[in-house]
Amino acid sequence: MPKLTIDGIEVEVEPGTSVLQACEQIGIEIPRFCYHERLTVPANCRMCLVEMEKAPKPVASCAMPCGEGMVIKTNTDLVHKARKGVMEFLLINHPLDCPICDQGGECDLQDQAMGYGFDRSRFQENKRAVKDKYLGPLIKTIMTRCIHCTRCIRFADEIAGVPELGATGRGEHMEVGTYIEQAISSELSGNLIDVCPVGALTSKPYAFTTRPWELRKTETIDVMDALGSNIRVDTRGPEVMRLTPRLNEDINEEWLADKSRFHYDGLKRQRLDRPYVRRDGKLQPATWAEAFTAIAERVKGVPGDRIAALAGDLCDAESMVALKDLVEGLGSKNLDCRQDGAAFDTSARAGYLFNTTIAGIEKADAILLIGTYPRWEGSMVNARIRKRYLMGGLKVGVVGERRDLTYPYTYLGAGPQTLQELADGSHEFCEILKTAKRPMLILGAGALRRADGAAIQALARQAAEANNMVQDGWNGFNVLHTAAARVGGLELGFLPGQGGKATAEILAGASSGAIEVVYLLGADEIDTAKLGDAFVIYQGHHGDRGAHRADVVLPGAAYTEKNGLYVNTEGRVQMARMAVFPLGEAREDWKILRALGDQLGVRLPYDSLAQVRKRLAEASPVFRSIESLTMAEWGPFGQAGTIDAAPFHCPIENYYMTDPISRASATMAKCTETFLAAASERTGTHG
Amino acid sequence: MSSNGTAPLEGPKDFAFTAENLERAKHIIAKYPAGKQASAVMPLLDLAQRQNDNWLPRAAMDYVAEMLSMPRIRVYEVATFYTMYNLKPVGKHFIQVCTTTPCWLRGSDDVVKACERKLGIGLGETTSDGQFTVIEVECLGACVNAPMVQINDDYYEDLDAAGTEALLDALKRGERPKAGPISGRQTSSPSGGPTTLISRTSTSASAPAADSTHGDD
Repeated sequence: MPKLTIDGIEVEVEPGTSVLQACEQIGIEIPRFCYHERLTVPANCRMCLVEMEKAPKPVASCAMPCGEGMVIKTNTDLVHKARKGVMEFLLINHPLDCPICDQGGECDLQDQAMGYGFDRSRFQENKRAVKDKYLGPLIKTIMTRCIHCTRCIRFADEIAGVPELGATGRGEHMEVGTYIEQAISSELSGNLIDVCPVGALTSKPYAFTTRPWELRKTETIDVMDALGSNIRVDTRGPEVMRLTPRLNEDINEEWLADKSRFHYDGLKRQRLDRPYVRRDGKLQPATWAEAFTAIAERVKGVPGDRIAALAGDLCDAESMVALKDLVEGLGSKNLDCRQDGAAFDTSARAGYLFNTTIAGIEKADAILLIGTYPRWEGSMVNARIRKRYLMGGLKVGVVGERRDLTYPYTYLGAGPQTLQELADGSHEFCEILKTAKRPMLILGAGALRRADGAAIQALARQAAEANNMVQDGWNGFNVLHTAAARVGGLELGFLPGQGGKATAEILAGASSGAIEVVYLLGADEIDTAKLGDAFVIYQGHHGDRGAHRADVVLPGAAYTEKNGLYVNTEGRVQMARMAVFPLGEAREDWKILRALGDQLGVRLPYDSLAQVRKRLAEASPVFRSIESLTMAEWGPFGQAGTIDAAPFHCPIENYYMTDPISRASATMAKCTETFLAAASERTGTHG
Repeated sequence: MSSNGTAPLEGPKDFAFTAENLERAKHIIAKYPAGKQASAVMPLLDLAQRQNDNWLPRAAMDYVAEMLSMPRIRVYEVATFYTMYNLKPVGKHFIQVCTTTPCWLRGSDDVVKACERKLGIGLGETTSDGQFTVIEVECLGACVNAPMVQINDDYYEDLDAAGTEALLDALKRGERPKAGPISGRQTSSPSGGPTTLISRTSTSASAPAADSTHGDD
């Protein structure tokens, strides 16, 4: 442990710590552009110069490892002069267009120029001009502003795993770009906007809309996948202006997937802002009272077993528990939160959670991916696996589709047959799993979202146990869900009761007439044609598939408009906070259900959010504390059964449009056009 | 500068090494340890350029990237960084005139003018028959025989306007003039002839210099 002195303060640091990191540890801020704590260190911007005793000239602190007895000074005339010199050079070619630059107000260069800039330019020549590059529908470039820190190049190369950006040309002619014009083919490309310290890479959909100081910031969580990435919602008045990631080392680190970052314009389109009732075959605007009356008239007298409820992908736990209480109060046991029809066993928590945890991936040394395409099903999980791969010594095996995962893998097979071989130890990859210290498997939507899901789940459990994946203090069995609401629904038991019907049976019942009333709580990913002649109540925030088929539409709140609990795929309970008010006459979802309950003669025993949460804690102890992770006990789960030999196939056809919000988003439509239409042209296999 | 970071010219769609060059490429790659084959990128690009009339189309860069299993952009970076890779088609005779200080002091302006006059093109241009391209380059390291030009792989040194024109005429006739100083001196020995070690047998004091006006620069 080297000991060094920084500005007269003695500090002992881990070997390998850089001088810059040591300075941060004692609270001294060093200006920097190229250095980023999650990327490699190129030391090319020279802004972090400090004075080191016995060194002939200032040293770049980001690349200088701490040594025993070093004496560093960060606040001397020499240091200031050096940094001012660097700043003057950086500003030589940087345009003075801060007033029209979207980075203004949150720009590293702007901030540091306040500290180290000169009040006028001594550069009399023409500034360099660089042609803007096309990087796709999400990233706007103004390359003249680029200071060549190469953060974007390193991000694309290292974190995203798509080496498409580079610096071409040399010297004065060096340009950052893709050389061959192309959109950055990564679902993490939005992070380039965050890593860029200047206004060279900015958000295309956000361009010229607001200034950062006009925005009200609400810390909440994302619902576009089941990971619960931590985000900040920036709003101006009633409008969501943009979404940015928030640091959470356990889930998304400081990154965010593109769908999670750019779907927000979908919150402004196709919204349900008032109740509707179907009259004469057409949905017509109605008041809340009319809508409730229409429901009460139809539902009264219907026996409980002819009523069913389905919860969608974006529901908060509060609304699901309220609907569960309501439907059960009506005497029904037909409820399911797995609208995708995934038929897996939910008797043991360990059987449906991501037990290893996302951060735990970094401890694994062999990973088996079964029927999953993590780039689309949980981009942050894939980024974490790639991070683990870059640490070295990771073996990845894939059962399912052969797709680019951004890291190399061994392809084991396409379907259940291979999983069977892995479970009974006859597959050669078992040797690798058995010699690994901490092997893990990830079971994805492609494996579980099929009729034989429970049997696949049992087989995967067998494979996990046979290959030493479940040990003391290590649980390598993981399910990667795709819906933010899913684990919450499973935890609070939004599932068929004794003798109750699951999604497939509910739909079949509705087609045959055995189910008369179907309550859809934001459930849009079902085949609405199968609802037959059933009376459909749709409660949700978007006029999507469910609302189109509905007989009564009740306008609810989107995740940015209510306080709600979500449980991510790890089983981590997190709270989404209200950033803006619900639109028009829309209300928070649990309140709608509470009010409807009164109309239907089922009084729900809670009048405040706190009481709903108390009810949640009764339903499942995991809701007792927020931001906590309750580890699941290992136990038997899954049901042996006949397994269809069909290969695993990722059910997500289009990553950019998976739910009502992203389907309403114009940005996501552009992404679909750019990335998926182009891909299908290229390979001829998509779509 | 012959290259910069802007998007490349679309050349032929496909590129592949000839059987002979493929052998060479394998030989070059074998010089580097396994897993470090990307080190062979520069010689391979050179090989591709030689095969493709002295310029590198995108297809060739992609081909090299594929061969060395490296990302394409990494190859583009190399190819655009080094000025000796031509990213645009060039004439059969690729004339690089050195205009850096020593050559300039010794009359490289005359050489440039002679080229322009003789070929009817400016710097950076190619004759319409595709025979000649003239560009201006920085020091090629032959200052001792300044001024000089490089034509494809050959250096022609000690030039002046007349010498340059004669050289171009010879090339137009399809000849390949002898490379080196056109003044006839041996490599970079004193231009007026040797001044020392003139006689093998002489054991006495050094011989008097015949003419030492043009000593080494």
